[in-house]
Amino acid sequence: MYWNAWPDFWSMGGYGLYVWGSFAVTAIVLGAELMLLTQRRRQALAEVRNQRLLHADDSGEFNDPPP
Amino acid sequence: MSHAATAPKTEASKRWHWFRLASPQQFYPLAGRLLPWLWGLAALLALAGLAVGLLIAPTDFQQGDSYRIIFIHVPAAWMSMLMYVAMAFWAALGLVLNTRLSSMMATALAPTGALMTFIALWTGALWGKPTWGTWWVWDARLTSELLLLFLYLGFMALQAAADDPRRADRAGAIVALVGVVNVPIIYFSVQWWNTLHQGSTINLTRAPSMASSMLTGLLLMVFAFWVYGIAAALQRVRAIILEREKHTDWVQQLQEAR
Repeated sequence: MYWNAWPDFWSMGGYGLYVWGSFAVTAIVLGAELMLLTQRRRQALAEVRNQRLLHADDSGEFNDPPP
Repeated sequence: MSHAATAPKTEASKRWHWFRLASPQQFYPLAGRLLPWLWGLAALLALAGLAVGLLIAPTDFQQGDSYRIIFIHVPAAWMSMLMYVAMAFWAALGLVLNTRLSSMMATALAPTGALMTFIALWTGALWGKPTWGTWWVWDARLTSELLLLFLYLGFMALQAAADDPRRADRAGAIVALVGVVNVPIIYFSVQWWNTLHQGSTINLTRAPSMASSMLTGLLLMVFAFWVYGIAAALQRVRAIILEREKHTDWVQQLQEAR
């Protein structure tokens, strides 16, 4: 461990704003990408389901048998 | 005797096997199985890299603790260039061989590459202020990296504008291939032109000019960004496959889309 105390760690020898500004923005940007990726997958799967319902008539897959 | 008879057959089946991996149908489940491992590995490498870089590595005698920005700036800058080359490679392959999956890979790489470029520029500005006294200079290294961001954004905008996915692939491939000239310009800019930007810290031909714990932290972060880039691209290409192939039987029969 290089640091003697946590306040030293957070102040980064006076460069805290620059160092933490870099690390925080990187974490936010990558976190946002992860969220968007999860959302895009959910959306794509929903589209696949819609596609099936849309063409259910053609295939007869979701049709009830005639009475 | 039987050996001679079976050898050509195994050779042929092996080739067929590799060829099959180029189809979205084969690639989709394979990428799905790899992804949990890739995300886990990226997280582990990043945690180790952050621990070494922020907690263990000593301060720099010239730059003080502002140098610690290197642990994200350099990996992000390398990835921004590497992912562009990978994007151009897949786009070119898709253009020449007309393989759908190659073009989808190119499309999947672009947003993560653009993010890496943004991170490199942002952390560069925050590093430049305390060390050079300015957030930004219009020198060769910084300007060509900014151009890289616009190339990524141009690629994405052009693809989004085309209605037909195959036309989008071809249009994007042209941008990706024209723009790839910019990558060596970024890489060698610090040698070719006078610049505020320092030269490379790590070099294959001479010993690294940094303490070993600094180097360990940097390499861990480089690998973390590398694995993150691969994982993000694979995750995105899986969504793209679903979007583009939603009408096909194999996608319709996927258990996860029930």
